[in-house]
Amino acid sequence: MTTSNRTKMIKRGAIWGFIVLELVFFSVAGRFLSLSETRFMDLDNMLLLLKQSAPIGIIALGMTVIMINGNIDLSVGAIFALSAIVMLDSQTWPIFSGLSEFTVIPFAWGLALITGMVLGAINGLIVWKTGVDAFIVTLGAMLGYRGLVFMYNGEQPTFQLNWTLVDMTESSFLGLEFPAIVFIVLTFLVWLMMTRTVHGRNAYAVGDNRDAAVNAGIRVGPHMLWNFVLIGFLTAFSSIVFYSASGSVNPNDGELYELWAITAVVLGGTKLVGGSGSVINTFGGVLAIQLLRKGLGHIGADTETVNLVIGLILIAVLFLDRQLNIKGKGELRT
Amino acid sequence: MADERLNAIGKLIARQGILVAFVIFMIGFALLNDRFITVDNVLGVVRSSAILGVMALGVTFVVISGNLDLSVGSMMSFSTIVVLDLHDKIGPELAIPAMFLMTMALGAIIGVLVGYFKLNSLIVTLGMLSAIHGLTLTYSGGKNMDIADKEGTWFSVIGQGSLLGVPVPIIIFLGLACLLSVLLAKTPFGRKVYAVGGNGVAATFSGIRRPRIVLMTYLISSFCVAMAGLLQASRSMGSQNTVGQGLELEVLAAIILGGASLLGGSGTVFKTVIGVLILGFIQNGLLLVGLEFYVQYVVTWLIIILAVWLDIAAKRGRLLSPIA
Amino acid sequence: MSTQTPALRLEGIVKTFPGVRALDGVSFEVLPGEVHALLGENGAGKSTLMKVLAGMHQPDEGRIYIEAKQVIMRTPLEAKAKGVVLIHQELSLAEEMSVAENIYLGELPRKRFGLVDTPTLLAKAGAILKRLNCGFGPEVTVGDLSIANKQMVEIARALTVDAKTVVFDEPTASLTDAEKVVLFDVIRDLTERGVGVVYISHRMEEIFTISDRISVLRDGSYRGTLITAATNEDEVTQLMIGRSLDLTRKHEPTDCGAIALEVKDLSCDSLFEGINFKVHSGEVLGFYGLVGAGRTEIAETLFGLRTPSKGAIYLEGKEVKITSPVAAIQNGISLVPENRKEQGLVLGMNCRDNMTLPQVGDLTAGPFVSDGAEIAIFDLYRDKLEIKTPNWRQLVGNLSGGNQQKIVIGKWLSMHPKVLIVDEPTRGIDVGSKSEIHKLIRELAKQGYAVIVISSEMPEVLQVSDRIVAMYQGRIMREFTAQEVTEDNLVQAISGITASGEKAA
Repeated sequence: MTTSNRTKMIKRGAIWGFIVLELVFFSVAGRFLSLSETRFMDLDNMLLLLKQSAPIGIIALGMTVIMINGNIDLSVGAIFALSAIVMLDSQTWPIFSGLSEFTVIPFAWGLALITGMVLGAINGLIVWKTGVDAFIVTLGAMLGYRGLVFMYNGEQPTFQLNWTLVDMTESSFLGLEFPAIVFIVLTFLVWLMMTRTVHGRNAYAVGDNRDAAVNAGIRVGPHMLWNFVLIGFLTAFSSIVFYSASGSVNPNDGELYELWAITAVVLGGTKLVGGSGSVINTFGGVLAIQLLRKGLGHIGADTETVNLVIGLILIAVLFLDRQLNIKGKGELRT
Repeated sequence: MADERLNAIGKLIARQGILVAFVIFMIGFALLNDRFITVDNVLGVVRSSAILGVMALGVTFVVISGNLDLSVGSMMSFSTIVVLDLHDKIGPELAIPAMFLMTMALGAIIGVLVGYFKLNSLIVTLGMLSAIHGLTLTYSGGKNMDIADKEGTWFSVIGQGSLLGVPVPIIIFLGLACLLSVLLAKTPFGRKVYAVGGNGVAATFSGIRRPRIVLMTYLISSFCVAMAGLLQASRSMGSQNTVGQGLELEVLAAIILGGASLLGGSGTVFKTVIGVLILGFIQNGLLLVGLEFYVQYVVTWLIIILAVWLDIAAKRGRLLSPIA
Repeated sequence: MSTQTPALRLEGIVKTFPGVRALDGVSFEVLPGEVHALLGENGAGKSTLMKVLAGMHQPDEGRIYIEAKQVIMRTPLEAKAKGVVLIHQELSLAEEMSVAENIYLGELPRKRFGLVDTPTLLAKAGAILKRLNCGFGPEVTVGDLSIANKQMVEIARALTVDAKTVVFDEPTASLTDAEKVVLFDVIRDLTERGVGVVYISHRMEEIFTISDRISVLRDGSYRGTLITAATNEDEVTQLMIGRSLDLTRKHEPTDCGAIALEVKDLSCDSLFEGINFKVHSGEVLGFYGLVGAGRTEIAETLFGLRTPSKGAIYLEGKEVKITSPVAAIQNGISLVPENRKEQGLVLGMNCRDNMTLPQVGDLTAGPFVSDGAEIAIFDLYRDKLEIKTPNWRQLVGNLSGGNQQKIVIGKWLSMHPKVLIVDEPTRGIDVGSKSEIHKLIRELAKQGYAVIVISSEMPEVLQVSDRIVAMYQGRIMREFTAQEVTEDNLVQAISGITASGEKAA
């Protein structure tokens, strides 16, 4: 195996190696520093980890596609909140008043998903038709959609408890809870899309070399629109899964979610410029972050330290990535 | 409609579109509410925009050089908390310089990472946003900061005082704007910032020390953040440790509204000031007209999109993007 | 041949862009099975014509006929469907994807549900690669291939349909001689199958080797077609620039001064090794070789952009360590880089600011930049180099290639270097400006500068140099004086054949 191939394999598998490192580190450190009796690598703990990874994780799946495409979406946090509000509030709408707790679910969920897709479509349409960069478009949408969130109910939380829903979403199957199952299934589906479908392969092409894609006849505009709808859909889906169980959403919810999603995607090895990346590795990135949170909590660190550490790790990852890319002393220094 | 090209007049309108729209807005607000155009109100808007404005001045340098700084919000929280805390521990005369040093040290770290190690500024400052937030929480122990004896110190003058009728924050904002404007437009350093942002490789080939220039932009940015933190601390004499959260977006919005390109190489301090004022007056106007604060978010969103769209459209000569 | 139906015919094509009439009623045709070369200076309209052909631009007037049927091609895909394919100069490939995916970009074979039909994809791609005698398979990632192989992928892309007309735009720019042979084989294979080939190139030797006919464009209009076998370079040049250019005229030698720069045993990893040479003030030292021979890398090392692993550099007798461009400039070394748009200029800045950039820190009155001093420098070199621009405020990106290059040269001349390195001085520049720049280089030598010229064009390096260093794969094969060099021995040297006639390792 040549050196460059070996470097490539290291980079591809890096996030998984990191996860193993974390598991080992926290298990060992936990023995000495932990306040609780349980071991870190407890099965229940790990299953809980999977469930807690789901909200950001599902969003990160969509973010992976968007970033591979060469775009970015900063508005997912606001979409997350808005979809939740629609889902919870719609259950109280007069036209659904005749429905039982059970039969209203598909409508509530459907409306929430539609909300996410519409918001995503707006972003996608603006990017397509105006040519304004996705960063700016979704930066504006981050503010604008958040404004819509507040306009819905002012600064009050939106509250609607639906016990059927709670029961459904707190159920488990083979030890995995509902959010974890959804996360895994969606990861598989998105992975399938990106590796096996024409649309997915085109996404890599568009991100890698947009001009080549245009010249090859790929309709880049509708393509990107589709991907924005997809991330809107996934964000709404994540929101549904989370808020069905909790039943209450505050207008500031979802804040900074876009940053976490991007962090997970970058940790997983997707490049910011687009054209390469892997959904599986994003899954790994999400787990790595959640593991870090859990692990630091396990050894007694507080949330402040967690933020600090995650920020530093992100920078360290960038640094390492750079080091692995430098070819030698004779490199051109620009 | 898809093939619509802009003629010369169309281009002119597009280029100055944001100013035109702004003037229309102002006229509209003035008609709807006669308190809008009063000296009192205008001064009030400029004063409350001063803190954001000071931050935006510094980030302008970073953006022109082709980078981003998403950490300014949490850095400002850090500055505010630190100066409030140190005020009671070592007195304002020492606390202020100490805080500036600490904040600029953070800026220096970012500058080294982005300039010398050539890491991506979006991700680095994203990471620093999180890290500095954690740092601030740790420093403050999760509590809010308050100055114990608010009357017994001159500290409040900075944020609340006035000189010849003009509030001090405005003096600092506009004064700093003038200084930085001259720095950017008239000195070799400023020229080099534009060069690095316009074509970093060519700048290196022309003998410009690119890492050093990038480091300087982040030092300027963090200096301005420290100043903003000072103004905030002095104004409220106490603060939550999340006071700056989200400000990085408003700063970016102001810079974008002012017409700078996020790719680097263009923009001026003056344009950023305009952008800051546009944001401030829109917020103010909407409030005076009786709309809730969050309506401004939606309005800001639309304005940003419109402003950038028109600017891009003017440059390429057609309204809609030619992408299929 | 004249009674055959052309595979492709353009008639009366007019294309205007804001302010420029790029094509003024051009007519052009390609017969099946012929190689038809298209020549013209930069700005003559070749690119635009090809883009019209390939469906990337719509002509304002004029008609296009494919096999005698009139067509309108709105997109490159439509053009391709009608059998017209353009192989770009700048490769348009997705580097992170596989060869097969690139070949079938935009036309990936599908199964149900939008899934990619991978077996079919690999089989079809593999078949095309085989036809082109490629040494790599369809699953390889494009980014891992050499430039020549990437070009093969582009050609393979063209063959996914039954192409009737294939246009090659400067295909040999980055190829070794061996790779050129492979390319010409491919072209011959295409013509044998009845495909009409359009070959755009600046290189006369190639055109006279491969083409059947030569058409010339000048200033957007069609100037004539010659039959290759019946014409010569001079006649073609006449058509191109309207006058004869005596490119073989030897220059007057200059008086050489002291040794300005000496390099001993300079090496840099695998890029170049054991480099020894001297340059005197008042002389032009030419570096000739193929792409990848290491010439630009040496220049970059001399300018502080690369760290050598071994060796020493002496400036006017004293050893110096050049660790950065700043250090190089302080030592009196200036570099006009290979790629003026990416390395030499900030396109969004005006002419004056671009020119004064390296010394802007010194052109001050107090802490501020002195407008007057800057403008003085700009005026001086604008006149000296005859740079055509309405005023100094003009953005450099709006200038023609030749004038842009002059701005870069002016920038570095204003630094009064001891050693001036010029890398590809006339790449992408029209013939008229080319000879201006060659004269300028000779002038500089006369004035006492030590000049190093790196070039990939033999006529240029022969015209301009007092001595020539021939490089091959990172090593200096041989040094020639202007008197002893011939086209033959120079070509041999850069192909790795040593003075004794053996091929180097």
